[in-house]
Amino acid sequence: MPNPSKRKHNANEQAKYQRIASAHVPKPPLARNLVTAFAVGGIICAVGQGVLNYFVSSGMTFDEAIAPTLCVMIALSALLTATSIYHHIGEFAGAGAAIPITGFANTIVAAAMDFKREGYILGMGAKMFIIAGPVIVYGVVSGVIVSAIRWLSR
Amino acid sequence: MADVVQRRVGGSLRFPNRPSIIASSTIAGPMEGKGPLARWFDCVVEDDMFGERTPEKAERRFMRDAIDVALKNAGLEPDDLHIMVAGDLLNQTVTASFTAAEVPAPFMGVYGACSTSVEGLAIVASMVDAGFADVGLSVTSSHYQAAERQFRYPIELNIQRKSTSQYTVTGAGALVVSSGRGPVVVTEATIGKVIDMGIKDPNQMGPAMAPAAADTLYRHFVDTGRTPDYYDMIITGDLGAVGSSILRDLLQRRGVVLGDVYRDSGALMFEGVPGTGVGGSGCACAALTMGGLIYKKMLANEISRALVVATGALLSSLTWQQGESIPGVAHAVALEVQPGAAT
Amino acid sequence: MNYLIAFLVGGAICALAQLLIDVLKLQPAQVMVLFVAAGAVLSGIGAYERLIEFAQAGALIPVSGFGHSIARGALMEAERIGFLGLFTGAFEFTGGGIAVAVLLAAAIAVIASPKA
Repeated sequence: MPNPSKRKHNANEQAKYQRIASAHVPKPPLARNLVTAFAVGGIICAVGQGVLNYFVSSGMTFDEAIAPTLCVMIALSALLTATSIYHHIGEFAGAGAAIPITGFANTIVAAAMDFKREGYILGMGAKMFIIAGPVIVYGVVSGVIVSAIRWLSR
Repeated sequence: MADVVQRRVGGSLRFPNRPSIIASSTIAGPMEGKGPLARWFDCVVEDDMFGERTPEKAERRFMRDAIDVALKNAGLEPDDLHIMVAGDLLNQTVTASFTAAEVPAPFMGVYGACSTSVEGLAIVASMVDAGFADVGLSVTSSHYQAAERQFRYPIELNIQRKSTSQYTVTGAGALVVSSGRGPVVVTEATIGKVIDMGIKDPNQMGPAMAPAAADTLYRHFVDTGRTPDYYDMIITGDLGAVGSSILRDLLQRRGVVLGDVYRDSGALMFEGVPGTGVGGSGCACAALTMGGLIYKKMLANEISRALVVATGALLSSLTWQQGESIPGVAHAVALEVQPGAAT
Repeated sequence: MNYLIAFLVGGAICALAQLLIDVLKLQPAQVMVLFVAAGAVLSGIGAYERLIEFAQAGALIPVSGFGHSIARGALMEAERIGFLGLFTGAFEFTGGGIAVAVLLAAAIAVIASPKA
């Protein structure tokens, strides 16, 4: 243990402690996490495929069917979030629940449910996109820049 | 009359007038009620929202009930309190101050993150020992939902716990300290120093706080000339399974072997309860263990000396987002059974 | 057959994200941002379009598909109406999803409270 009279310890002492501490920190169960993320993420995508197939079989073109498919998946996720089920899917599957569009929808609904306590305008209204916001921001920034480059270099 | 009583031993505080804990109360939430400590709680509330609209209000109900039950157990009225010291985890310690608005007692709000329960007890015991108060009350609370939304994410968000994550304890615990003779006395306190070893990951509270706990424990043993086996039980606040393993290691490197008397409240609180990571955390974690398990075992004469070391991670959601490391603190109080005192 | 491919490709994308979370210690929010940007960039070089032809929902449902859809909408409108299309097209494919999410989130917030 270093000199306890200093609040901030020097980098050497901190590095030494962090080596000691990291030996006690359990490694994340990587194989288990990868398998559950793969399985649950895959299942969500397969469900999405079912919805997509339904819209295509009812006469839409593939392109036309994309937006309604996303809407249905988002609606499903909203219901699962309202009933606390998506939280548990996330606990179990990690990125398998976070990365599909259903995880994106979950962040919006979860934030809305949580922040309504601070009012429907400054709470729910203002904070609904507290986690989903960055996804939209960087999606638009990168999407528009990439498309601009491609459009200009036709 | 000159005061010749020695109140300071090394860097620790000794209470020669033997302030007594005459009553405790422990009000716990539903998850805590599933753990092994539940049999020592006064009350397990099945609805963690306590019928309230917001988790912040629910937390206040826990604290309010803890105060009422403690006073009832002590046979006192709120007016009898000379001082009330309270703390919690929420910004501006609103649980403590809003609850105190309903209690007609002089009030001090304290913040020591999850170390607050022992910090409050040390302050009240000091005041009672010094004669500034005849009867004082120390109370702390925490609430899973309230803490989660302040420090982390919305409750219903899909989030996978890390292998080092801890779960905030819902509940409140209070202790009534009196200058009169009581069953359990507070004999010493060792006030912690803030130590920052550069841990930045808020999922690693145990590793962030363990150095502070090691420092406080080491100083306590040096100041008092005791060894861990002097105590029947040494309990840390909420280091969790990982933090307490680091604590044992750090002390061993300085020649102190904690041995079998040492347990961690965080690890005990949710032993065998699924979905709670490496253990409980929060102000209520040490408070429920101290007022429940330890106090009641002492009343039953199952143990006669205990050392409680509550640990706090002094971060805010802003500091970790700004990439700052997490300073830790740990405060210790030594408790002893007073033989022959009426319970 | 396209169910199986959607399952395998979608699952693989999620497993890659999990790998970044556990090994590089990224926050889920950071990984979501990374994937949405990666989807847009891959869209720009035409690769994501081919992945969608192969895996359909397996590539559309992950957030990388969301980034691709933004890029694709912007490009499509730009080709149709010129420069301003880059902006008016950004939410061509994704706007509906965001509208549904906002409306349902608001409705659910009124009737349901967090429990977990």
